[in-house]
Amino acid sequence: MGRLDIGIGEWRAFVEQSPAVDGRDAEELEAHLRDQIADLTAAGLTADEAFLIAVKRIGKLDDVSREFAREHSGRLWRQLVTSDGGEERETDSRWLEAIVFAAAAAVTIQVARLAAGFPGEESSWLLQNASLFVLPFLGGYFARRRGLSMRHSLLTVVPFAIAAVVINLYPYVEGGSTELLVAAHLPVVLWFVIAYPYMSGTLDSHERRMDFVRFTGEWFIYYVLIALGGGVLLALTALILEPTGADVELIFEWALPSGVTGAVIVAAWLVESKQRVVENMAPVLTMIFTPLFAGMLIIAVVVYALTGLGGAFDRELLGVFDAMLVVVLGLVLYGISARDPSTSPGWIDRIQLVAVVSALVLDLMVLGVMLARIGELGFTPNRTAALGLNIVLLVNLAGAAWVSTRFLTGQSTFHRLERWQTTYLPIFGLWAATVVVILPPLFSFI
Amino acid sequence: MYLDEDEAKAVVNIDKDLVAASATPLVLAILAEGESYGYAILKRVREISGGELEWTDGMLYPLLHRLHRLGYVTREWRIPPEGRRRRYYAITDEGQAALAEHKRQWLTVARALGDAWGGGDLMPLAFGRA
Repeated sequence: MGRLDIGIGEWRAFVEQSPAVDGRDAEELEAHLRDQIADLTAAGLTADEAFLIAVKRIGKLDDVSREFAREHSGRLWRQLVTSDGGEERETDSRWLEAIVFAAAAAVTIQVARLAAGFPGEESSWLLQNASLFVLPFLGGYFARRRGLSMRHSLLTVVPFAIAAVVINLYPYVEGGSTELLVAAHLPVVLWFVIAYPYMSGTLDSHERRMDFVRFTGEWFIYYVLIALGGGVLLALTALILEPTGADVELIFEWALPSGVTGAVIVAAWLVESKQRVVENMAPVLTMIFTPLFAGMLIIAVVVYALTGLGGAFDRELLGVFDAMLVVVLGLVLYGISARDPSTSPGWIDRIQLVAVVSALVLDLMVLGVMLARIGELGFTPNRTAALGLNIVLLVNLAGAAWVSTRFLTGQSTFHRLERWQTTYLPIFGLWAATVVVILPPLFSFI
Repeated sequence: MYLDEDEAKAVVNIDKDLVAASATPLVLAILAEGESYGYAILKRVREISGGELEWTDGMLYPLLHRLHRLGYVTREWRIPPEGRRRRYYAITDEGQAALAEHKRQWLTVARALGDAWGGGDLMPLAFGRA
């Protein structure tokens, strides 16, 4: 049997080369191979013959590992296994595409800035429309990259056009709160519009929705990195040029807006073409920050439970709370998208549940205070928007807590947890759209 | 009816897509008979289909992975009294429900095909047994 064992060993080493097949899968395949060989030798074949036939029956290892790769939904595997040299070269040559779209966005924002006379005069028009000068280019970039058909490309344009018409036709009262609410919610709405070209027009696919969540997280990481680098670059440039008497303000006026918008598309291109880099980094980041945020949330819950929320509560604190809840949700969502769904519950899942439950408790406290204020002082655009956001978050967090408890106790699968989040995803976009489209007329644009 | 004999003798080369589509209900049905492991599942597939359903053995394992991810099966490493360490799969309640749904769909298709081909009642019966 010595020679046979060597043969099997070599075969297994070959199987394990595929990144999509882990040690246990390889062990399972080897057990299969050995069973088959045993049956064939029992039927009268020699060990060598049996080995050859058994290997052939298992099939081409490339095909098998590709099939495994498809199953391990983490894109990493798909990328590693299915990309061959040709694809690699293709992504390299596509940087030009990204640069063109980034430059177009950068120029557009400058034109808009000059038209608004910013920063000479305060312009709420520019503030409201800023995302409309940037995100359509990102949509266009994806439409092109995904090779969308004419019909799908046109469908991508429609929501942008509607948004542009709606927010510019509404007669906002100057300095009112609906104006600011729209400015804050429109980027969210448009980001969800990007999902359409990103997912090649297949909005129903839960797997693609998860990909979009993953993209959002990775894009954010790249964007922050670029912003940090850009900030250092700008500051140093200013410091170096100052002694020469050059107008430093000018650099900020021209370089900053263009950089901020161009980076939106460059970051998207980086996520698309340098996926492997960020995929190695992102799970580590969630692993570090999930426990930290969980700890912070627990402290917040304990402190506010002791001191009571009512006294300290004002509009700014409410904003901070909402921002924090959104960040926690983002972290949880990204953590889910980056996790290998086939592994059984681990410590990170428990910590995530702790974070979700504490966020839920905080959200309930905030909601209580908010309802009391609304009962006392009535509805305003700000209070309505905040109330809606908190309810949307509450339902999501409650559902997530429930499903992950069931997952941790072995009554449900991780798949269900993914499903809950991907099913819920459109509701965030719809709520943001409600604030942009329905809320202003409801409060007569104050 | 002379066609039937010809068909029985010829090796029926079943379309790839059809094999792929029937793989999930077949594996679930086999696991509904009792827990099993990869190699035994494949042997059972050959047995049931009289050797006419040709699978590439290796492809079973990614499929089992998928069924596990969807929560249709549980899996566990075990060493039987005699024999080597194997991964055993057992169907869950969700798997049973999925199997029932698959059955319903296949029966509908089979019935429709049977009607279209003129009173071919045999197909639904065959499915009923599987």
